[in-house]
Amino acid sequence: MRRTRSGAVGAFALTFMLLLGACGGSDDDGVTAGQSESKGTCAGFKGTEELTVGGTNFSEQEIVAELYAQCLQAAGYKVDTKLKLGAREVVQPALERGDIDILPEYVGTLLTYLNGSPTTDLPKTLSDLKASLAPKRLVVLTPAPAEDKNGFAVTKATADRLKLKKLSDLQPHAKDLVFGGGPECPERPLCLQGLEKTYDLKFKEVKRLDSGGPLTKDALQKGDIQVGLIFTSDGAVPARNFLVLEDDKKLQPVDNVVPIVRQDVLKGDVEPLLNSISAKLTTEGLSELNKRVDVDKADPDDVARDWLKANGFT
Amino acid sequence: MLAQVAADPWVRWSWVRDHTDDIGDSLQEHLVLTGLTLAIGMVIALPLGVACHRWKRLYPAVLGVAGVLYTVPSLALFAFLLPFTGLSRTTALIPLVLYTLLILVRNVVAGLESVPADVREAAEGMGLSPARRLMRIELPLAVPAIVAGIRITTVTTIGLVTITALIGQGGLGSLVYDGLLRDFRTPLVVGTALTVVLATLADLGLAGVQRVLTPWARGR
Repeated sequence: MRRTRSGAVGAFALTFMLLLGACGGSDDDGVTAGQSESKGTCAGFKGTEELTVGGTNFSEQEIVAELYAQCLQAAGYKVDTKLKLGAREVVQPALERGDIDILPEYVGTLLTYLNGSPTTDLPKTLSDLKASLAPKRLVVLTPAPAEDKNGFAVTKATADRLKLKKLSDLQPHAKDLVFGGGPECPERPLCLQGLEKTYDLKFKEVKRLDSGGPLTKDALQKGDIQVGLIFTSDGAVPARNFLVLEDDKKLQPVDNVVPIVRQDVLKGDVEPLLNSISAKLTTEGLSELNKRVDVDKADPDDVARDWLKANGFT
Repeated sequence: MLAQVAADPWVRWSWVRDHTDDIGDSLQEHLVLTGLTLAIGMVIALPLGVACHRWKRLYPAVLGVAGVLYTVPSLALFAFLLPFTGLSRTTALIPLVLYTLLILVRNVVAGLESVPADVREAAEGMGLSPARRLMRIELPLAVPAIVAGIRITTVTTIGLVTITALIGQGGLGSLVYDGLLRDFRTPLVVGTALTVVLATLADLGLAGVQRVLTPWARGR
């Protein structure tokens, strides 16, 4: 019995030491060192502070966050990234708490999240957003031309058959078509409610799939739905021959990509550096970046590195 | 969801080769989170179970609380914890540890309860104090039940760790998550397969530990 006891205690201790022994690892999953010997716009900026760039759980967020992070790193900042985070509900508290310093956001969606009302007028939406974030000591920088907003897509085949170009062209056909969107779409004013109110579209059936995700895209491609919610910068649009119908009655408010930065870290070259990236970022450019990551399965950090190089940033 | 990607193979080995570092890091993070969860869980559950064994009226209350905690969705717990502990490992660990308590406490108590009355009386007759009786007789005899609890908890924790990918942790869960988000089979398959392998190895390993710890049970 005596031997057994000490053996038992010893083995218990050993088990825990083994379990704990695996704990020495550091989580240095930051950005891999970008070549800073090549001169470019990014190297023209200078900074040494530590910054954390965050992003939520879709490729575009990761790509744009990598663009910010790699350019900041080329300028000399010590950059950490926290990517693929859960939804805005996870990221906004993290931003307010200072776990994240810089975050790519969308002017309209973020204003809606903050209980504001985005419009089709960018300066107005932007000033509302700035006013909502100022008390939280968060600063909105200059938005990029690139927009990622709700788009309603059909296949090119459907578009040809029904001669569709813009959303109002759908009106006479909607009663024969199946619509697919996110599970929350029927309750959202910018989704199905807006399509009914602004465009008078009453679909034959509404399928609750995902918000511009694989279910919607597959269903659209296979013909299970004929109209699907697809985000305007989605890489699947060029990759799968979809056509995003023109929002001719301006249902969708502006939703430009914009960096949100904690006031406490907004010093030195951070603002001009991020603004220089935004200036070059278009919806078409973004769809192409998204296509490379989502369709071609390239890594977001590699795609971002190539873009920065191709656009003279590094 | 995966039906349409006919051209996409289940595993792109070139991707696996290019991402061995990422996969290794994820695996390590997964082990760390699992190890920490179990270590902290046992540090809490062992004294709690002993207390429940000694003061019987405590047991239903502790089981009730642990049972309620077990039912709280992890996502809700994350949202609740974020303002306090942020995107840290702590935020990931708190729900994981809370989920271990129900099984661990129950098994510690079951183990202590399984000690035969005559053994306990004999120990008493030898004049052992309650504390020494616990350390020398009761806990060693409770080891099979406790290790059985650790085995179950380890396997469930290895699965649960993946959910912490939502707050930027997650170990192998981040691979699974990436695969789901991008409709990309390779990280999905690699993350899932490694999680299953890890759970199996941990279970077999702990079965071995159980054997070593209970030499009297061998050869039965």
